[in-house]
Amino acid sequence: MVEKTRVSANFSSVPVILALGLLSLPLVLMYVYLFIDTVSNSETGSLIPNEFTLEHWSFLWETKPGKPNIWLVTLNTFVFTSVITTVILLVSSMAGYVLSRLNVPARGFFLAGVMVLHAFPSVTLIIAIFIVLQYIGLYNSLLGVILVKAAIDLPLGIWLMKGFYDTVPWEIEMAGVVDGASRFTVWRRLVLPQIRPAVMALGLFSFLSGWSEFILPQVLAPGAQVQVLSVYLASLIADDNNFDFATFKAVGVFYVIPVLILYVFFQKHLMNIYGGGTKG
Amino acid sequence: MRILLDKFSKSFGSTKVIEEMDLEVGSGEMLALLGPSGCGKSTTLFAICGIHRPTSGRILFGDRDVTGLPSQERNVGVVFQSYALYPHMTVAENIGFPLTVRRMAAANIRKEAAEIAALVHIDNLLDRRPAQLSGGQQQRVALARALIRRPDVLLLDEPLANLDAKLRLEMRSEIRRLQKETGITAILVTHDQVEAMSMCDRIAIMKAGEIVQISTPSEMYNDPRTAFVAGFLGNPPISFLKGMAEGGAFVFGNSIRLMLPALAAIPDGAVLTLGVRPEHFGTSGDVQVEGKVAFAETQGRENLYDVVLPDRSVLRSIQPVRNDVAVGDPVCWSLDSKAALVFAEDGRRL
Repeated sequence: MVEKTRVSANFSSVPVILALGLLSLPLVLMYVYLFIDTVSNSETGSLIPNEFTLEHWSFLWETKPGKPNIWLVTLNTFVFTSVITTVILLVSSMAGYVLSRLNVPARGFFLAGVMVLHAFPSVTLIIAIFIVLQYIGLYNSLLGVILVKAAIDLPLGIWLMKGFYDTVPWEIEMAGVVDGASRFTVWRRLVLPQIRPAVMALGLFSFLSGWSEFILPQVLAPGAQVQVLSVYLASLIADDNNFDFATFKAVGVFYVIPVLILYVFFQKHLMNIYGGGTKG
Repeated sequence: MRILLDKFSKSFGSTKVIEEMDLEVGSGEMLALLGPSGCGKSTTLFAICGIHRPTSGRILFGDRDVTGLPSQERNVGVVFQSYALYPHMTVAENIGFPLTVRRMAAANIRKEAAEIAALVHIDNLLDRRPAQLSGGQQQRVALARALIRRPDVLLLDEPLANLDAKLRLEMRSEIRRLQKETGITAILVTHDQVEAMSMCDRIAIMKAGEIVQISTPSEMYNDPRTAFVAGFLGNPPISFLKGMAEGGAFVFGNSIRLMLPALAAIPDGAVLTLGVRPEHFGTSGDVQVEGKVAFAETQGRENLYDVVLPDRSVLRSIQPVRNDVAVGDPVCWSLDSKAALVFAEDGRRL
């Protein structure tokens, strides 16, 4: 990595960095102020903060009237996101393999069908889904919204996995079968390890997608006991009686922290999802 | 173990690749399936190891009918052209995988893998990964993995195609040594006649899904059944001359006549082809042929010449190095008519 940055520069990188820095300055400023505003008070109309305070972060240790406990909401969000990620990884990695390699009847139909499902914006389905969930008693439950979100994200995952499986050489599977391994063992022990980068990438992608999902939980699970962070955040700004911009910002920062941590550690893997192909 | 294909046929959809092929490989024998690309030799191999299911016919290992058995239940070892090593496993894990699948104890697997690795001279590489190995070493790993389970038959699918020339020579004798040492029945699929001739006990030459001829390398070289077989074996290749039968002789070019006993019963005017190997045209022989050197190639120990006859047909000649002939020179060299092969219009040997 270090070598890569040093080599290949047949022009000075300073002007480029300067230009990019200048262009992204407004964005950086906005983030800086987002953070500063959560730990300070400033006079109306002024940009300069005049006192340090933690009162905007008080939502962490005291529950606001009419709002659920923030830790319960955070837990809900983690459960929601993790279960979705797990379901998507499990189903996509298996379904992708089946569609890529096994001679199943109506394979083309399945592939096309999955694609069509992916093309539907989830909002167009939301009323129908609402009625279905209401009918089977899963409205206002985490399970219901998890099922819906996972189902909507699955087509992308399946197609992605299929694409990665397509790049694994057939000979590896033939060799495995000749060596006496069952088809499942071949998948689990020989093929799946070849596409590990893709599994990592899809997992991350699903986690981020689940973490930021708003419209589905908002409509299908708005109740206090099953709220997720995005819905909690929205409820703050929708509340006309206690309009508190600083707290809204603080919750926003709180909401984005796990995402930032993920990005710091895993951004390399996330790149894979667009890169494709086998590595190593 | 003896391998027997009995009226084996394979088609993909409506395309018939192999039709009613009979083939017997004796126990401990190494047989080459030789032929141009698309002749069905790999299909045959994959049918024997169980990856392709035969459309009809039977496959027997010894007395056991394995036609309907899946790959996992046949005891075969396969070396693929691309080696198909498992990139995420070490060499020891790669070699031991067939045993891992059988749930053998890890310590035993390690021991057996080390033993078989020693046999193919890679016991110092057991903890490396395939990506850290050279082509020849990868090839040895693939061989070790195929051999570790003591298969009934070892199948080699163009195992040398991805190696450079020098390694190929080395691995050729290496594979043959292993096959002899283990006494295993082996089938080698290749399109390289040198490999087939140098490594195998017998060669089955294939064309368009059929076995044209099956015999030992030297017999096949000296006594080919068709023009196709004659053209496929030999390097540099045999040269063919068009001509006609006339009074028990083969007539070509400017009425050069070759008296050939094989032509005694052939009617005058029949269109024939004469095959002359490069070593049978040059300094010794009974018929003089005039022509012009069109191309000369130095191969170190020998020189290869292309001689164009007045009727524009070409004869190849291979001779010990000489410096008195250059491109463009007219020559009059002799042809050994006793060693010449004559074929009917349909390619049949007469």
